[in-house]
Amino acid sequence: MVLVLVFIAVWQITKIFELSQVGADNSQIANDKDNKINGYLMFGFLVFIYVITIVCFAKYGHMPLIGNAASEHGTGLDVLMQISMALIFVVQIITQALLYYFAFKYRGEKGKKALFYADNDRLEFIWTIIPVITLAGLILYGLFTWTEIMDVDSEDGDPIVIELYAQQFNWKVRYAGADNTLGDANVRFLNDYEGKNVTGIDDSDPSGMDDVVSTTELRLPKGRKVLFKMRSQDVLHSAYMPHFRAQMNCVPGMITQFSFTPSKTTEEMRETDKISKKVDVINEIRREKNKTLAADEQLEPYTFDYLLLCNKICGTSHYNMQLKIVVEEEEDFNKWLTEQQTFAQVIQ
Amino acid sequence: MSEHANNMHDHDHDDHGHHHKETFITKYIFSQDHKMIAKQYLITGIIMGIIGIGMSLLMRLQIAYPGEPSAIMEFFLGRWAEDGIMDPNIYLALVTIHGTIMVFFVLTAGLSGTFSNLLIPLQIGARDMASGFLNMISYWLFFTSSVIMVASFFVAKGPAAAGWTVYPPLSALEEAQGGSGLGMTLWLVSMAIFIASSLLGSLNYIVTVLNLRTKGMSMTRLPLTIWAFFVTAIIGVVSFPVLLSAALLLIMDRSFGTSFFLSDIFLKGEVLHYQGGSPVLFEHLFWFLGHPEVYIVLLPALGITSEIISTNSRKPIFGYRAMVASILAIAFLSTIVWGHHMFISGMNPFLGSVFTFTTLLIAIPSAVKAFNYITTLWKGNLQMNPGMLFSIGLVSTFITGGLTGIILGDSALDINVHDTYFVVAHFHLVMGISALYGLFAGVYHWFPKMFGRMMNKNMGYVHFWTTAIAAYGVFFPMHFIGMAGLPRRYYENTAFPLFDDLQDVNVIITMFAIFGGLFQLVFLFNFVHSIFYGKRTVQNPWRSNTLEWTAPIEHMHGNWPGAIPHVYRWAYDYSKPGHDQDFVPQNIPLKDGEEELQH
Repeated sequence: MVLVLVFIAVWQITKIFELSQVGADNSQIANDKDNKINGYLMFGFLVFIYVITIVCFAKYGHMPLIGNAASEHGTGLDVLMQISMALIFVVQIITQALLYYFAFKYRGEKGKKALFYADNDRLEFIWTIIPVITLAGLILYGLFTWTEIMDVDSEDGDPIVIELYAQQFNWKVRYAGADNTLGDANVRFLNDYEGKNVTGIDDSDPSGMDDVVSTTELRLPKGRKVLFKMRSQDVLHSAYMPHFRAQMNCVPGMITQFSFTPSKTTEEMRETDKISKKVDVINEIRREKNKTLAADEQLEPYTFDYLLLCNKICGTSHYNMQLKIVVEEEEDFNKWLTEQQTFAQVIQ
Repeated sequence: MSEHANNMHDHDHDDHGHHHKETFITKYIFSQDHKMIAKQYLITGIIMGIIGIGMSLLMRLQIAYPGEPSAIMEFFLGRWAEDGIMDPNIYLALVTIHGTIMVFFVLTAGLSGTFSNLLIPLQIGARDMASGFLNMISYWLFFTSSVIMVASFFVAKGPAAAGWTVYPPLSALEEAQGGSGLGMTLWLVSMAIFIASSLLGSLNYIVTVLNLRTKGMSMTRLPLTIWAFFVTAIIGVVSFPVLLSAALLLIMDRSFGTSFFLSDIFLKGEVLHYQGGSPVLFEHLFWFLGHPEVYIVLLPALGITSEIISTNSRKPIFGYRAMVASILAIAFLSTIVWGHHMFISGMNPFLGSVFTFTTLLIAIPSAVKAFNYITTLWKGNLQMNPGMLFSIGLVSTFITGGLTGIILGDSALDINVHDTYFVVAHFHLVMGISALYGLFAGVYHWFPKMFGRMMNKNMGYVHFWTTAIAAYGVFFPMHFIGMAGLPRRYYENTAFPLFDDLQDVNVIITMFAIFGGLFQLVFLFNFVHSIFYGKRTVQNPWRSNTLEWTAPIEHMHGNWPGAIPHVYRWAYDYSKPGHDQDFVPQNIPLKDGEEELQH
């Protein structure tokens, strides 16, 4: 049915062309009329690009789009992002203007002669050197930021160690316990203890005995540096925590690392301007949608939570591999942690 | 090869009379004539393009209307969309095969295969490719690999679904994903054959450009198209074999129990025996081709538009030397930046720093190219033929898409936008749409050379303007949903209320995509219709300088009836003072006292 409609549409369009060509010259090479029409359309298209830019920035341009960073390094990263965006915005606006304005201004006419202008070393030099200088600045700024973020091994800030453990299609979290050292682990121990050893802790390593495993949420203390050790038991996954500006792949057979310091508790984040507005918008959308849904399909109102998402294609349910993250004050975190069962208790 | 080349020149005059009678099969099917092979590449590429674009529309429908039954899904996907609802696995399969087809089959083979074959002999003044036989083999390998790739849709557990990057272990273990069974085997076999095809083609292009240039055609007089095809072929020869080795090692891991890429895996309640391999190794091997591949796709498009913009501006291309230098610089840099796809793969962060540095350097030659295009337009006499419109469009999307590369190439910023829709928007604009524009520009411009007829210009205009609107309508807003943290390759976003406020953008994007997709039918109609009923062309319709337009309209073996034309000047003497016409073909000798431009 759709196909039929499409073919009718195409047939109609070509019909219109055939009719519009009666009497015109039929050389299929652009003439002055074509140059003029398309020249104006070039100008029109510049306007279109500007409009779509303005609309997008007005509607979605309240950077950063996902709310302010909730980690200490994230704030610096957002500044770098804004500087880069501002820069490419300016370049984009100017170069597109030149391109389409020239295309409009110099549209062809019979008898007009183009300027024979083949080379200018000074111009070439200018538009080589300007990108060189700009990029040198950006590269340096970016590299300093990167090195700082990825300096995960430093002991500054007394990091607590947490393992993120990925599998198709869920996340598990292992806290290092009182000794702040994760016990050795390997997938070959997964079938031990009737499957209770869900992250494959090696029971011959004493430092693993006080490890705590959680499958329901990732809890983090505010203001304390967290050193994440990532593992995967099957395929590649990626631990993506967008609110903390954090991401690292989980690779079977190796341990990858990332670290950050959470700077806002979940409660504090909910109260920020951007997030509370975002939640209002989302709940409005959900209310509207509920009007069209049956009574047993009604959507719950949304409250904000930090999330850990899988961001590397990993199979059927890749699109729903998530874990809630809770950031709380450090004493609450410590209290919660001591209430959990340690590995020693689990395997008893 | 060079002996062969000399022979061809020596036999300039009697070559024409000597070739034997052709049957239908040797003329249209197993042809060794570069012009026929170019047409075969183009038509196969267009068919693959229809499949690839069709897949993207199905994906867009799924993203915009998740969970809503639709007859379209059921019609196209059959048992993969029972009751009109797409299966999550087939969504990933569409992602995978769409990427593979568009990158390799349409924009590598369809673009390079068509125009390198058509233009290299014609523009450098050669009778044919250095080896017509290898050229024929190259096409038929490409055809075979296309058939295998499409056939993988008809196996029981579906085609490969691990993304076009086919990272193991997902792609290596059938227990991890249904598509990693026979579907993945077919993908690997198809790609291995494709690589063989690409290597044969590339070697042929390189040898031909080096050895078979006509008298006077020095490297510094080569049209920029040929420079681009030549350098592209070199990149292909350097990097494609590495992908072949990655594919072979992956086949070993899959079928012979080796552990090149696999280690410590637990699946479906069982510990697997693999020990000591690393998926990161595969990522390095894959991207050692994967990144240069971007330029294998893009450089021919840039070469094509350089030629078309200059011709239609009636002006020399601005900064010929700088254009050649930037092609060479891009080609060199393209082989040492692959790690920017792997900033967060778990490789050493110091490597990330190195790759950030080399990656951002690519912006410099790219900026030079963009400014040179813009300056070429300045004070020109722009002939708005459809090929010209697509060329200007290419410069526009190349800038828009290229600029966001500054963000993605910066390892620190990549952390938060990696694998989000920001990436999808970036590479679709800078390589997908740009290269597609290059392909369209080339088809409109050289259609008369290929088929002896003109395409309808008005349909060309409708095609360009609708495509241009759709391209920006689809990919511009996509940057913003990426910056809002939406991961790509998600079957649906309904599992995350966090992203509910992005759904309206996704619907708009899908609308633009369908709009753009439908208007490709105008091109298709125009293309097929013009082959048979287009207006007959004159010999040099665009009043162009390059040698292909000195060859007769009717195709013949050996390209020129008499002697091969000699070359006396570069390809860009448009509107040169002292000449009556606004173009001076390369085979016209310099006038008394006329100086050739120093370039």
